[in-house]
Amino acid sequence: MSFSLPPGELLQLTGENGAGKTSLLRVVCGLLPAESGDILWRGVSIREGRDAYHRDLMYLAHLNALKLDLTADENLKAGVGLRRDTTRAEREGVLSDLGVARCADLPARVLSAGQRRRVAFARVLLSRAPLWILDEPTTNLDAGGVALIERLIREHLAAGGSVLTAAHHGLLAGHPSARQLALAA
Amino acid sequence: MSRVTDAPGLWSLAGRVLGRELTLAGRHWDQVAQPLLFYVIVVTLFPLAISPDLARLREIAPGVVWVAAMLSCLLALESLFRPDVEDGTMEQWVLSEQPLAWMLLMKTVAHWLVSGLPLVILSPLLGTGLGVPVSAWPVLMASLALGTAALSMLGAIGAALTVGVRRGNVLLALLVLPLEVPVLIFGARAVSLGMTGEAVAGPLNLLAAILVLAISLGPMAMAAAIRIGVES
Repeated sequence: MSFSLPPGELLQLTGENGAGKTSLLRVVCGLLPAESGDILWRGVSIREGRDAYHRDLMYLAHLNALKLDLTADENLKAGVGLRRDTTRAEREGVLSDLGVARCADLPARVLSAGQRRRVAFARVLLSRAPLWILDEPTTNLDAGGVALIERLIREHLAAGGSVLTAAHHGLLAGHPSARQLALAA
Repeated sequence: MSRVTDAPGLWSLAGRVLGRELTLAGRHWDQVAQPLLFYVIVVTLFPLAISPDLARLREIAPGVVWVAAMLSCLLALESLFRPDVEDGTMEQWVLSEQPLAWMLLMKTVAHWLVSGLPLVILSPLLGTGLGVPVSAWPVLMASLALGTAALSMLGAIGAALTVGVRRGNVLLALLVLPLEVPVLIFGARAVSLGMTGEAVAGPLNLLAAILVLAISLGPMAMAAAIRIGVES
């Protein structure tokens, strides 16, 4: 298998459950070693330029990586804090973009699954990473949430970012820079 | 798109990890207090079970205090890395450009602050119940401070190695106990020497040496183990 992801483009992996979409995403992230072959980021193997690659990468996994005992705002502060400083106003702005402004000071424990997914997506936005790797970003989201994520992805692509994603249904169907790659089980 | 380069430095990162861990500990303090409660219960049961005679208790006091401290540390280890691996936080740590070993070291320091330090602070009170004289308090506290820190570091290596194992408690104990036995021996020895007024520098220095060794090599072992743990 071989594919490339230029700036401003979205590549969506499709395939049945168990086809290996998540595994492929994890290999591309560098969480799983590839059995053979190599992955290059800006022309450098990710094994050699791991830090530079991870600086440019934001991975949204199946798991939201939220601490249920911390509030949404504290979760974002700690999660994005590994990469850069954020102000409270900045975090509130992104939370309100995602329609969960009211949840900022609520512990993640009391949020619904969809709201938690939105807070996790807020971390992706705040990271300012050019490469997003999103595993089923729209899980648990309602129709409005899916449209919102699609709009944010479109804005990211327009700003020159790249997105590698795995999703059951077509994201950004018909968008000129969205491609699909089907994995056979 | 431009690269983000305003990543926090090492000390600022350390502050963030510590801050997050201590806030989290404060939010579920009932869980955090369990190993401490265990320590208090075990130590206070001995006078009830053996004899209220202080002369007899004094003989076993160093051993009792140290065995209870060691088991209490072991009890607290299970929740060190596992929750972070299960909720995906550890994946994010591995995928950040920050040094994983440093973050895990800070996490272990936070773990010691909430599980080891209270035990050190409580020890004179519990020691007195077992007949430890006031003159031996400094040795008791110093040995426990060095010893519990070393136990946290050694235990954290074991916790990182067993993080991918379902219900790894028994495996963790089997893995960690042989490494921790020297700490127990030197710690208890220091306390018993201190109670008879003899020189305690020897065992305390050895405890400090174990701690320094664990701090300098442990985090790298933890980071390697965690990287393997998040693969599965």
